[in-house]
Amino acid sequence: MNTVWILLMVASVLFSFLNGGLDAFTKSIFEGAKSAVEVSLFLLGIVSLWLGITKVIEDSGLIHRLSGFFQYFVRRLFKNIPPEHPAITSITLNFLANLFGLGNAATPLGIKAMQDLKALHPDGETITFEMMLFIVVNTASIQLIPFTVIGILADYGSKDPSAIVLPTLLATFLSALFALGLLFAVRRVLK
Amino acid sequence: MKTVSLISQLIIPLFILFTILYGWARKVRVYDCFVSGAKGGVGVVVRVFPYLLAIFVAVKAFQASGAFEFAQGLLRGLLGVFHVPIDVVPIALIKPLSGSASLGVFTNIVKTNGPDSLASLISAVIMGSAETTFYVLAVYLGAVGIKRTRYLVPVCFFADLVGIIIAISIVKFFFHLG
Repeated sequence: MNTVWILLMVASVLFSFLNGGLDAFTKSIFEGAKSAVEVSLFLLGIVSLWLGITKVIEDSGLIHRLSGFFQYFVRRLFKNIPPEHPAITSITLNFLANLFGLGNAATPLGIKAMQDLKALHPDGETITFEMMLFIVVNTASIQLIPFTVIGILADYGSKDPSAIVLPTLLATFLSALFALGLLFAVRRVLK
Repeated sequence: MKTVSLISQLIIPLFILFTILYGWARKVRVYDCFVSGAKGGVGVVVRVFPYLLAIFVAVKAFQASGAFEFAQGLLRGLLGVFHVPIDVVPIALIKPLSGSASLGVFTNIVKTNGPDSLASLISAVIMGSAETTFYVLAVYLGAVGIKRTRYLVPVCFFADLVGIIIAISIVKFFFHLG
């Protein structure tokens, strides 16, 4: 992330200068700061809300009844996590939320999953393979039906807005497979 | 489509209702339990905030400075070779960086090219199959204070790139356009 950030910032100042608009750079960083605050306020609400709900799910024991199949899949994927560890549950819930396109629920559950993964290695500042695995699956954005996109296509008078569902699913699935394969391949090479 | 969107509308309310009733049946103090869980939210957001700030500032500056347009120009030449509409360039570049900006860009592509054009279809599939990678990285890594990310960022970056190529190929295959 360090390299990415330095690249973005240095390129921005350089290009603003070349385009003769250094004031545009200054304006944009304040705008960026403002939207960070707006997004955080939004996050504060939904993260707290979903953490509250997940606590009820945990304390009532509902967690043990939820999503048997996915839990099985998650256990197979994350072999190094003890099967009864809370991380398995939060990862499962996050994947399910992503699958149904519930972005607002997926992020808070994902944060919880990261914290549960961290609990397995409490004092490290270095990322674990399980965390990488979890993030890679998340950035592949596995989603069954892209509602927002279909909505926009329909708004502008598409003949068949849902025609993109199958190609999207296939693209998501293939790119997720590729990302996972790449992650495992890099681990093998670096070992 | 109607039934599908109806189901998606029902998921959250039904899920919450079920959770509450289940907790109540199991004699859990649901209200106190909810509040004690929600308390953790503040800490999480406070921890994530500086990371979010860093990424939002950098992305905004990158867009405003003209560096983004320059990168688009580079990609245009490349995509022309493969008969891919140049209008998909902005979406391919902005999707990993910003969710709200990519939605705006997507709407604009649909508006200017028409909803059934190749550019719109490709953009639609990219929208649905790619994630705002850098936002996810900032939030998830920030939440647990990870500093050394090993090979995660290059893997995500390369996977995004291939994901976009996959999206373009699939649309070309499915719709026999272009």
